[in-house]
Amino acid sequence: MPENKTHTEVNDVAPRFNLIQSLHRNRRLLFPVVALILILIGDRIIQPNFFNIRVVDGRLVGSLIDILNRGTPTVLLAVGMTLVIATKGIDLSVGAVIAICGAVAAVLISTTTLPPLIVILISIAAGMLCGLWNGILVAYMGIQPIVATLILMVIGRGIAQLITNGQIATFSNPTLEFVGKGVLLGFPFPIFLSLIVFGLVWLLVRRTAIGLLVESVGANDRASFFAGIDAARFKVFVYVISGVCAALAGLIVTADIKGADANNAGLWLELDAVLAVVIGGTALTGGRFFLGTSVIGAFIIQAIQTGIFVSGLPPTFNLIVQAVVILAILFLQSEELRRLFVRIFTSLRKPA
Amino acid sequence: MFTNAHPIAVLKTEKLTKSFGSVKALSNVDFNLYAGEVHAVLGENGAGKSTLIKLITGVYNKDHGAILLDGKAIEPHSPHEAQSLGISAVYQEINLVPTLSVAENLYLGRQPMRWGMIDTRRVNTNAKALLKTYDLNIDVTRTLSTFSTAIQQIVAIARGVDMSARVLILDEPTASLDANEVQMLFGVISLLKARGIAILLITHFLDQVYQISDRITVLRNGEKVGEHLTADLPKRQLIPLMLGRDLAINDPADSTARITSDTGTNTFLQAEGIGRHGMLHPLDLHVDKGEIVGLAGLLGSGRTEAAKLLFGIVPHDAGDVRVKGKKVLLRSPRDAVQNGFGMCPEDRKVEGILAELSVRENIVLALQAKQGWFNSLGHKRQQEIAEEMIRALHIVTPDSNKPAGELSGGNQQKVILARWLASQPEFLILDEPTRGIDVGAHAEIIQIIKRLCAEGMALLVISSELAEVVDYSHRVIVLRDRQKLTELSGEEITEQTIMQAIAEK
Ligand SMILES: Nc1ncnc2c1ncn2[C@@H]1O[C@H](COP(=O)(O)OP(=O)(O)OP(=O)(O)O)[C@@H](O)[C@H]1O
Ligand SMILES: [Mg+2]
Repeated sequence: MPENKTHTEVNDVAPRFNLIQSLHRNRRLLFPVVALILILIGDRIIQPNFFNIRVVDGRLVGSLIDILNRGTPTVLLAVGMTLVIATKGIDLSVGAVIAICGAVAAVLISTTTLPPLIVILISIAAGMLCGLWNGILVAYMGIQPIVATLILMVIGRGIAQLITNGQIATFSNPTLEFVGKGVLLGFPFPIFLSLIVFGLVWLLVRRTAIGLLVESVGANDRASFFAGIDAARFKVFVYVISGVCAALAGLIVTADIKGADANNAGLWLELDAVLAVVIGGTALTGGRFFLGTSVIGAFIIQAIQTGIFVSGLPPTFNLIVQAVVILAILFLQSEELRRLFVRIFTSLRKPA
Repeated sequence: MFTNAHPIAVLKTEKLTKSFGSVKALSNVDFNLYAGEVHAVLGENGAGKSTLIKLITGVYNKDHGAILLDGKAIEPHSPHEAQSLGISAVYQEINLVPTLSVAENLYLGRQPMRWGMIDTRRVNTNAKALLKTYDLNIDVTRTLSTFSTAIQQIVAIARGVDMSARVLILDEPTASLDANEVQMLFGVISLLKARGIAILLITHFLDQVYQISDRITVLRNGEKVGEHLTADLPKRQLIPLMLGRDLAINDPADSTARITSDTGTNTFLQAEGIGRHGMLHPLDLHVDKGEIVGLAGLLGSGRTEAAKLLFGIVPHDAGDVRVKGKKVLLRSPRDAVQNGFGMCPEDRKVEGILAELSVRENIVLALQAKQGWFNSLGHKRQQEIAEEMIRALHIVTPDSNKPAGELSGGNQQKVILARWLASQPEFLILDEPTRGIDVGAHAEIIQIIKRLCAEGMALLVISSELAEVVDYSHRVIVLRDRQKLTELSGEEITEQTIMQAIAEK
């Protein structure tokens, strides 16, 4: 037998390098956290009482709570979107799915005698159905994800309008309203809802083999197929999860305003969700995904929006400021750009 | 003959060094390449060959050291920049656009213009004239992907050389070529050599090294351990230089104690009339437990197609398959895996490796897929399996968390083999298992194949290296034009009989 001179003894070497290596490997994940902190500090500079939190009628009130609360729809969407993007897909329909599921809930609660819990479940089922539709188009019809979900993005609002009969369907039902406006232990209820969904999805993908298999499908779906993974079923699965997340976001949005607005509910939120995922470090090219930092990405977007809102800046600046800040974050994350800087720096130091 | 002394090297590296994290991929390498020579760079998997050429062509930036072209220091930052300096590289994975025509590929980004538009007529006539100088008479308006790998490779070379190359680098160019195509490529290389172009060749086929090269540089663990004229370095001196030890292969004759299996009782796989319209003519095939069946034939003879049908990658539309006597459905690799099959595919980059996932994840993938979504192996178990495989197959990696795409080519090949061994299949299909593998590992892999067989596994092996097929196969099925020609067994199996069978009308 030849001597084992080529392979390194794995056991001896690994622990010593672990800390540095894992910091190095996860450095891109530090960016979202640092960015969020910087933006919050920026908010605080603009608005000195930004960090103040008061108790009013047994509930906490303040800008920070507001960010957590207002951010929940995007957080929910980002959780589902992360998995979709990990498989090299994208789900542009989630905004429209919000409208559909909101409309389903609002119409059922106001025109039938169904108990609110059943209405909520039907609304979630509607979200699953939307996800199933997207997933089948992508996985079994072989349509490009961006095109496949664009279909539902466009017709989804039409469907929502059909459901609401073109009106804004208002309702009044304490149980359903609780989903969007309820208070639990002083905090708005949506915060708990998104926390639970995040936790469940995290357990589902990280405590089972699903996370690994999703990443493998995203990293190379042909090779995954060769390895005996049913890549198509995984794709359907992630779109269904995304649909469910969108349904829950739809329930929050609808319950919050006590009505379903087919035209405006969740409008452009799909783009916020995609951005949150990208800021969180998951690449649009699929593969490795990071649920936790996607959530932070969602809060970054909300922190910018809330910051602009409280600063009293004219709302016309909203999108511009948001774009500039996000561009800055993405630049900082870009591996290429960093390398370019290093190159310029080293060539400056070295006399030609 | 190699007589005239070369005064100055066209390309020279001095103390060239490159590390990746804790891995020293190349250290202090002095390399000299002269005009009009074919210079082979040899070494084990992970020795640093690809790293050397990636530094020269600007894919990576060096840590320190120097690269000199005509005595002047250069620092290319991209292959594009290197090309404009006169250094062209053709990789095993051809970097052309498969959906464009041959002519468009040859002149992509530098098309002759006429009134602000691409002059298609001139593109085509120029392309035709250019390829004529390579004795290649093909329809240049046809899509590149419709041609064989060899022709695509020559197109890539022609493009590189035409863009004023003085130095041509070829990284494992013959890995997926058959014998005739290799000769065709070598014809082109000789032609370019006569034109005074300096050629750097990387390959694991030592016979080819002796056929075409003038000079050899050997790398081991990132260091240069020797530079010799090919004529001065016989093979038995070369191999210890590459491996740092002698090659411990046992005599092929004694190693396969050809286990004569009592056919029928021990059959694992029995395919009757399996085929698919336009892909493979129906054929019969059976593989017993503890038996190695070789599939021989030229490139495009239907070997890979047969493997793909058996593994369910493409469903068959004729015939049926029995596993241990029971009829099974094979509509996807998933079905095949559930029936105890495994398959190492031919195209490691597209069909095998998950580049951004870790070595560990790559190794456990098939086993995990077999176990299902909810029966997770857990991090610790994954680690154990991966480390066991890394040890057993001598995979060169600092640890099991390294992204698999960062391993050297041959080690990626071993990772895929490890993936299937970890899934503990009863039947393993290997499509070109030793491609891109160094001489040392080559012998190891053949030993592994024999050991698996002795342990009772059924194996179906495709290989273009006839000596290898003859060495381990109990039976050989010869294919041509996508149909089964004949089946050889026992003492009938020799390189000669296989070649005769292939050539016979
Ligand atoms: N991009 C990279 N990142 C990290 N390590 C790398 C990278 N590229 C190469 N290496 C490491 O550098 C060493 C040399 O690799 P290289 O690809 O040059 O080997 P090689 O001689 O071409 O081998 P093979 O015959 O298998 O192709 C290996 O240990 C490999 O793991
Ligand atoms: Mg290599």
